Amino acid sequence: MFDGLSERLSGILDRLTRRGALSAADVDAAAREVRRALLEADVALDVVTGFITTLKERAVGVEVIKSVTPGQMVVKIVHDQLIETLGATADPIDLNAPAPVAIMMVGLQGSGKTTTSAKLAKRLTEVMKRKTLMASLDTRRPAAMEQLAVLGQQVGVDTLPIVAGQTPVQIAQRAIQAGKLGGYDVVLLDTAGRITLDDAMMAEAAEVRRAAQPHEVLLVADALTGQDAVNLAKSFNERVGLTGIVLTRIDGDGRGGAALSMRAVTGKPIKLMGTGEKMDGLEDFHPTRIADRILGMGDIVSLVEKAAATIDAEKAARTAERMRKGQFDLNDLREQLEQMTKMGGLGGLMGMLPGIAKMKNQMAAANLDDKLLKRQVAIINSMTPRERRNPDLLKNSRKKRIAAGSGTRAEDINKLLKMHRGMADMMKAMGSGKRGPMAALGNMMGFGGGMPSPEEMQKLAEKMPGGLPPGGLPGAGGLPPNMPGLPKMPGGFPGLPGLGSGKLPPGFPGLGKKK
Amino acid sequence: MNDSTQKKSWWQRLKGGLSRTSSSIGTAITDLVSKRRLDAAAIEELEEVLIRADLGVAVAAKVAAAVGEGRYDKSVTADEVKTIFAAEMEKILAPVAQPLVIDGSAKPFVILVIGVNGSGKTTTIGKLAAKFSAEGRRVMLAAGDTFRAAAIEQLKIWGTRTQAPVIASTAGADAASLAFEALTAAKAQAIDVLIIDTAGRLQNKAGLMGELEKIVRVMKKVDASAPHAVLLVLDATVGQNALSQVEEFSRVAGVTGLVMTKLDGTARGGILVAIAAKHRLPVHFIGVGEGVDDLSPFAAGDFARAVAGLDG
Repeated sequence: MFDGLSERLSGILDRLTRRGALSAADVDAAAREVRRALLEADVALDVVTGFITTLKERAVGVEVIKSVTPGQMVVKIVHDQLIETLGATADPIDLNAPAPVAIMMVGLQGSGKTTTSAKLAKRLTEVMKRKTLMASLDTRRPAAMEQLAVLGQQVGVDTLPIVAGQTPVQIAQRAIQAGKLGGYDVVLLDTAGRITLDDAMMAEAAEVRRAAQPHEVLLVADALTGQDAVNLAKSFNERVGLTGIVLTRIDGDGRGGAALSMRAVTGKPIKLMGTGEKMDGLEDFHPTRIADRILGMGDIVSLVEKAAATIDAEKAARTAERMRKGQFDLNDLREQLEQMTKMGGLGGLMGMLPGIAKMKNQMAAANLDDKLLKRQVAIINSMTPRERRNPDLLKNSRKKRIAAGSGTRAEDINKLLKMHRGMADMMKAMGSGKRGPMAALGNMMGFGGGMPSPEEMQKLAEKMPGGLPPGGLPGAGGLPPNMPGLPKMPGGFPGLPGLGSGKLPPGFPGLGKKK
Repeated sequence: MNDSTQKKSWWQRLKGGLSRTSSSIGTAITDLVSKRRLDAAAIEELEEVLIRADLGVAVAAKVAAAVGEGRYDKSVTADEVKTIFAAEMEKILAPVAQPLVIDGSAKPFVILVIGVNGSGKTTTIGKLAAKFSAEGRRVMLAAGDTFRAAAIEQLKIWGTRTQAPVIASTAGADAASLAFEALTAAKAQAIDVLIIDTAGRLQNKAGLMGELEKIVRVMKKVDASAPHAVLLVLDATVGQNALSQVEEFSRVAGVTGLVMTKLDGTARGGILVAIAAKHRLPVHFIGVGEGVDDLSPFAAGDFARAVAGLDG
């Protein structure tokens, strides 16, 4: 999601940033291209028109002409406007009400209400520690209620027992009652899919709302929706009244225009986004991060958060300690490779790194996929424990054996060893205490031990996309196609680019040139 | 190909939808043309109207240009413009409006139904089963969506409604082996039409697309000509992403035709015009409601007129 749009926009804006001075005609031409890019991403026409008008006004005005680098100024304007359109701040689910807090899910058929309900319930239970009850008010689609019951079992959340023949309003009342009696904190009401033209169905939803008095009414909408997203969001907001929006199927290859439109049209925040088939594929929606991702600036904050959530702090601290002492062996390398895989593999990480959108094709051409990680782990697994601790043992005959054992070639092993050596050297240098943004990140990743605090994260965020000159999208300038082939590692965590350093040496292990 | 009562029912639904949608093309064109002559700015606005219907930038520009040709600076009525619009779109759509022909020599005739999550595959299968049963064919359903909770139950309920036997396994089972079993069983029981449901999948998930490929591959072991039809189900609300869906699903499973669902909402499904312009895949049916009969053959003229906002 967003990649397509990201690719298009950064291409257009790149051309601008290379120019010294901008004429009104330049801005016009760029604005036309931005308009087309947005429309092809399914952003609603009215939103696009407003966006372009403001863009032109600001871009042709004083702001740009006086700035030293007009092109970069335009990028900044687009970025600011994207954030404005998406909403300035993240707006999470609000549970600040007397228990049981009712949350009602509405939407079209097939938008993902039931799946989202289950994901949300899982999150409320496990992360926010709320006792949650789910109830399906879908009396229409065959087996809809069973679906929620099955999902409830899967995620370990209670569902309201099914009583045949009740109306949705009756079920809602029964759910609230059961919520009170059962001491539940939250009652999630999953309603039937409905089209906005069906007056009876819309009236029913409004009635359920009156009966259950939900604290949150969330519109579940498919991120692949086209221009109709506007009608959809408007009607649900007018007829039922919304407090927020959940975008599903963000993991598709759509361009996410609906995300830009819905907030603008309803004024209601996008609170959550569904990011996969698994039950934990639900994330908070952070407008600034999404805007950064759309402009190809990457999403470093999410990356760090993800790292913090996935990485075993103790293990990381232990590794860090060993690194400082210069004892970084192949066991440690394997651990790091495995951690990368856990964090979503190369693909997942890359999506969040600055300036990567443009390189996706080159990466595909260079065959840089997750198999590479697996293969490298396989190589290490084919070594004896002694070899792993002491890679210097590896001479030709041992390499042959390992190559046969892991289904690779001796040169792959050489590449891995070279990478390991490079990393170990880097570790020593890092350990000796250079300071800078990279060291700060190193700290977070485990060098200093402990998890990054929100403040630290914020600081890092400021250092990153905002702090970079808008036009100097890291990677836009610094990462020519020769990206693979640099085995140098700037930091303690494989896969993180040299944050803040202008050159952005890519840190992906073993990006050895492929033939 | 469709009798008048049937045509009327979905036609009225489409019209009903338009009359209540403030941003519908019909009103937009009326507003636009009644105000001024057809000049470059007006053509551009017409183009925007088409973009709103999800035709996509390229196709909208093409259609709008065709409307402008030879009519610059002439005063035209709203209806004239709409008629020209409809005619232009019909030109694109007419070649793809083809009914789904059941080849009687294939026994069973295997229909594989695929699409992204929530596009309406299972409901469409229920409607297809009802239609084929009504035509006197022996229908069997295979519950190949072994992923989504209660999808099997949903299909079983449709099986009961349409009196079609349902071959099902347990949730989480291998969909390809189920397809194999179903095809073997259908052969043994002299079934005419076997319709296979599949789990919804996003077209950019390589693993899931690989699974789909396997379903097709495995079926060919029983009957080399199967599946005889591969229907991609598209939701009318979908935007430009539908183009990528058509491409990817065709590459993996060889889509032979399209079904567009949920045309009873405010979405006009204009993306079909863009798909027709680019891929020329037959469009067999449109879904206009949740009822068992709410499936109609696709008629290019009617559809084009509905998108353009023309009355009857």
